[in-house]
Amino acid sequence: MYFPHTDADRAAMLAEIGLDNLEDLFKDVPSEHRFPKLNLPAGLTEMEVLAELQDIAWTNDTTREMVCFLGAGAYDHYIPAVVDAILRRGEFYTAYTPYQPEISQGTLQAIFEYQSLIAGLTGMDVSNASHYDGATSAAEAVNMAYHNFRGKRNKVVLSPGLHPQYRATIRTYTRGSEVIIFGDDPQADLTAGPESLLPLIDQDTCLVMVQYPDFFGRIYDYTELAEAVHKAGALFGVSVNPMALAILKPPGEIGADIVTGEGQPLGIPLSFGGPYLGIFATRQEYVRRMAGRLAGETVDNRGQRGYVLTLTAREQHIRREKATSNICTNQGLMALAATVYMSLLGKQGMQQVAELNYQKAHYAAEEISSIKGYQLWSPEPFFNEFVVECPLPVTTLNEHLLENNILGGYALGKDYLGMGNYALIAVTEMNSKDDIDFLVETLREVANG
Amino acid sequence: MNIPPELKYTENDEWIKVEGDTGVIGISDYAQEQLSDIVFVEIIVATGEMLNKGDTCATVESVKAASDVYSPVSGTVTAINDEDLPDSPELVNSDPYGQAWMLKIELSDPSELDVLMDAGSYQKYCDEREQ
Repeated sequence: MYFPHTDADRAAMLAEIGLDNLEDLFKDVPSEHRFPKLNLPAGLTEMEVLAELQDIAWTNDTTREMVCFLGAGAYDHYIPAVVDAILRRGEFYTAYTPYQPEISQGTLQAIFEYQSLIAGLTGMDVSNASHYDGATSAAEAVNMAYHNFRGKRNKVVLSPGLHPQYRATIRTYTRGSEVIIFGDDPQADLTAGPESLLPLIDQDTCLVMVQYPDFFGRIYDYTELAEAVHKAGALFGVSVNPMALAILKPPGEIGADIVTGEGQPLGIPLSFGGPYLGIFATRQEYVRRMAGRLAGETVDNRGQRGYVLTLTAREQHIRREKATSNICTNQGLMALAATVYMSLLGKQGMQQVAELNYQKAHYAAEEISSIKGYQLWSPEPFFNEFVVECPLPVTTLNEHLLENNILGGYALGKDYLGMGNYALIAVTEMNSKDDIDFLVETLREVANG
Repeated sequence: MNIPPELKYTENDEWIKVEGDTGVIGISDYAQEQLSDIVFVEIIVATGEMLNKGDTCATVESVKAASDVYSPVSGTVTAINDEDLPDSPELVNSDPYGQAWMLKIELSDPSELDVLMDAGSYQKYCDEREQ
């Protein structure tokens, strides 16, 4: 129970403002509106509430009861029990992230470890304490690049292979600003590689942003694109799947200036789309342009190691009128989950999980493309997700799959013109060979029957 | 406190040294002392750019605060100190009138100098704020 004020507190406060009782405080509100009769059902016992909530929860279909081949930015990975066990410790499991170094060494150290792990995984110099999700991180990359040139370059080139929801978020963010977005118009040739973005880059471009692997699962070597972007004086942004980075060349080595990504694959449950984790990393020279929090290591007045928020002068609370972003918090608990997950698995463990994803996805792709009527859309290498051209609309196909307790691939027609028959299929370590064979069998039946 | 007599000063604690039709701009000894240890200096204008009097031309960040530097005069930027300052922002503390100059500007309206403070008035202005 929480009692904000005692009767004595109330009486003292009322006396201070010269009122006799609480009703006088509300006398400007017409009396019939003060306590309107609300149409609410009678109260329930705890036992009844739990039963009702359980009934509601059971109407959900979850990936625990189904075979899931849906990805498109959020993936069904195994989460070791220790992640939740550490996450739920009272010291961490608070309603808000405390940042005062005097009382928050554990939290600040966890954020510092998170930043170090992300910097290592992405091959970048510095990571912030995180943003809300992959979409907001991508939008902050646009924000940062635009402000990096102090508004003198206002063109942003987005690959059509950048997640459609991220592109939508970027458009929401930049609405009403000077930023103009190029590169992802509905007529864009989706089969073209990164070189198709080259003609769009000029002296007004502040950022070129791609995804790695891209939304269709394809893995491109962006080295040449990065060189062209830098030659034009612009920044190169890469949105990543952090799980794929365990076996791919880190974006820091292919010339990325900003790396963003969805951290959900790192030990965070699907949970209806959130809370997730926005990864954001950059090069040393842009550290002061980066939004959000940054934890740093230092020593206290006794020479002991300690952690504090650093570069706070750039923070929104000091230079509010000059702020280039409205984000000044982070996704603390989710960053902790990712930290525990990555620390627990270690470099080899992460590689093993990534390799499992890769192998299973490639087995699935091979089997599916051997069914009459189904074929792979792209010859490019992929990680754990690939596009399949199907003999019927994916929405219809998925209904059949659902009847067989299979959550089918993402229906690309929703976001891309003329792709109604194309499914984006994700395979993770959670899918057994039996699951994959069952999918293949069901796909065959649906097509032939 | 060091207030060289040959310079002109603003109420925002910038100084300007006039050499012919060019003005060299930085922040004063008083300003660096108030800010304490400077950790970051960023000149946010480029050579060739036209500035109006009062335009923001640099940002100075210390362990305590961040503040903007405004141009005391109008004109065209002819040089910026992007050699020393970005790597050694502490020069603003150690040598505010020398190595820590921030930009040079070709004056478009020298009469703007007339309203700036001379060393004596600036000394008085700083003393007043100390009280």
